[in-house]
Amino acid sequence: MSKARMSPLRSSFVHLALAAYTVIALFPVVLTIFNSFKDKNAIFRTPLALPTTETFSLVGYTTVLKQGDFIGYFQNSLIVTVVSIFFALLFGAMAAFALSEYRFRGNTLMGLYLAIGIMIPIRLGTVAILQGMVAAGLVNTLTALILVYTAQGLPLAIFILSEFMRTVSDDLKNAGRIDGLSEYAIFFRLVLPLVRPAMATVAVFTMIPIWNDLWFPLILAPGEATKTVTLGSQVFIGQFVTNWNAVLAALSLAILPVLVLYVIFSRQLIRGITAGAVK
Amino acid sequence: MSDATFSDDDMKVPKRGTRWHILVFLAPAFIVYSAVMILPLIETLRLSLFNTVDGQPAFVGLDNFQVLFGNERWAADFWRALKNNFVFFAIHMLIQNPLGIALAAMLSIPKLRLATFYRTAIFMPTILSFVIVGFIWKLILSPIWGITPFFMDLVGLKSLFGPWLGKPGSALITVSLISVWQNVGIPMMLIYAALLNIPDEVIEAAECDGITGWSQFWKIKLPLILPAIGMVSILTFVGNFNAFDLIYTVQGALAGPDGSTDILGTLLYRTFFGFQLQLGDRSMGATIATVMFLIILAGVSLYLFGIQRRVRRYQF
Repeated sequence: MSKARMSPLRSSFVHLALAAYTVIALFPVVLTIFNSFKDKNAIFRTPLALPTTETFSLVGYTTVLKQGDFIGYFQNSLIVTVVSIFFALLFGAMAAFALSEYRFRGNTLMGLYLAIGIMIPIRLGTVAILQGMVAAGLVNTLTALILVYTAQGLPLAIFILSEFMRTVSDDLKNAGRIDGLSEYAIFFRLVLPLVRPAMATVAVFTMIPIWNDLWFPLILAPGEATKTVTLGSQVFIGQFVTNWNAVLAALSLAILPVLVLYVIFSRQLIRGITAGAVK
Repeated sequence: MSDATFSDDDMKVPKRGTRWHILVFLAPAFIVYSAVMILPLIETLRLSLFNTVDGQPAFVGLDNFQVLFGNERWAADFWRALKNNFVFFAIHMLIQNPLGIALAAMLSIPKLRLATFYRTAIFMPTILSFVIVGFIWKLILSPIWGITPFFMDLVGLKSLFGPWLGKPGSALITVSLISVWQNVGIPMMLIYAALLNIPDEVIEAAECDGITGWSQFWKIKLPLILPAIGMVSILTFVGNFNAFDLIYTVQGALAGPDGSTDILGTLLYRTFFGFQLQLGDRSMGATIATVMFLIILAGVSLYLFGIQRRVRRYQF
């Protein structure tokens, strides 16, 4: 296959444009992280310079760690995200298996019902969700958030996983049946291991909106003990708005774990988007 | 679920009787999804038809909507939020999506060096939370720090700088552009995937006919990625009419200055949860949520039945 070659002029124009936008995308984040390591004078006098030995300062970080319970916030976010993803994947995979493996009356209808949530945001039911959580005594608990995020993650998980489960070979499952495996064993021991890559994709997709959500923590769990990182940094920065060291340090602390995860999983994530998203 | 009964020819398993495992597989997802998502949604729609009359909840029909659309206390806020929301959406459609298509078109050039790096870097803001993005841009645009005036000075435009987020005339556009900066990765990736799916034979055939460069993009590729563009548009629509976090972070719950950045999401939050002196009003909150639901439903239906079916799909 030979493509028509691009002229060098056109090629360098493309690189210029892409590099320029890359700078626009990265600059604000890089600027924040650099300045979080400087003292107050340097932040204002030379905002664009790297921190040097003279201007290096961790005063922002010490303020943040002393004043805000960021470790606790991280713990909350981690618990909520991991547990919600676990249940969304487990329940989602089970439902996807039922929908893709068995033919029964109401199959299509059930599939459509479970797909409503892909397009209709769960936020629109907040008024009644709050009411229900108050009635169940779950306000200001992580359980409330876990329930909401599990429900939020299910539709997309079911949709993507059932597409993948259709590709698992019938012969394999029937061989298992002849060997006397129960339907549960076929699901947990044969099918689940085979769709693991798809589950990883779904997990990454589901994780980002859960970790970043501000709406539900703000409404369902605003208490100090249950604050997530997103809400915690929102409140913290709101209070310390004039302390630039603390604000920049808090922002960097909130960015870093996400950034590290992104660098590790970006291939998986991007492959996931480019493989199945557009049909 | 009595659905789990079947006719014989449908059976894959040669067992008779109810296949309980189907029920077991479906039940957890069905229960959580129904209890936490669908039933609250229905209950919210129902609540919009009720209000407190003389201390008792009473059915009031469409009165809440009449109040929202016509009452002097509510109507001005509601129509302003609706208008702002459409402006917010329009800016995304006019800037975010064309920009995403342009970036994707450049990234999909075959054998482009550094393409993976560009792709990863440009998508990065999309994974950050609105809270982080909101505060970072607040700092950068702040006249106190002086980053933005410095850069505008470099290109000789310093006189045009102003506290954009603080002026009612420019605040909404500024917030929308921040949101565009964050979310441009999504259209870029989806369009990029669609461009990669175009088979080489089609491109080669075009090249044999002497169609290259710009005209190749406009005449060959763009028609082939129209379904992806349709999908990006509906995702943008749903996301924009459901937005809240960024405006809450940058401009606060009152969506200042002077309510100029108020959209339906922030109006819903203030109305039903209350803010400062304003008490929460569950019925009116449910009413606004219902209006948002109807808007999103109308958009999604228009997409599913009007656009998605008409757009010509090419099978390769």
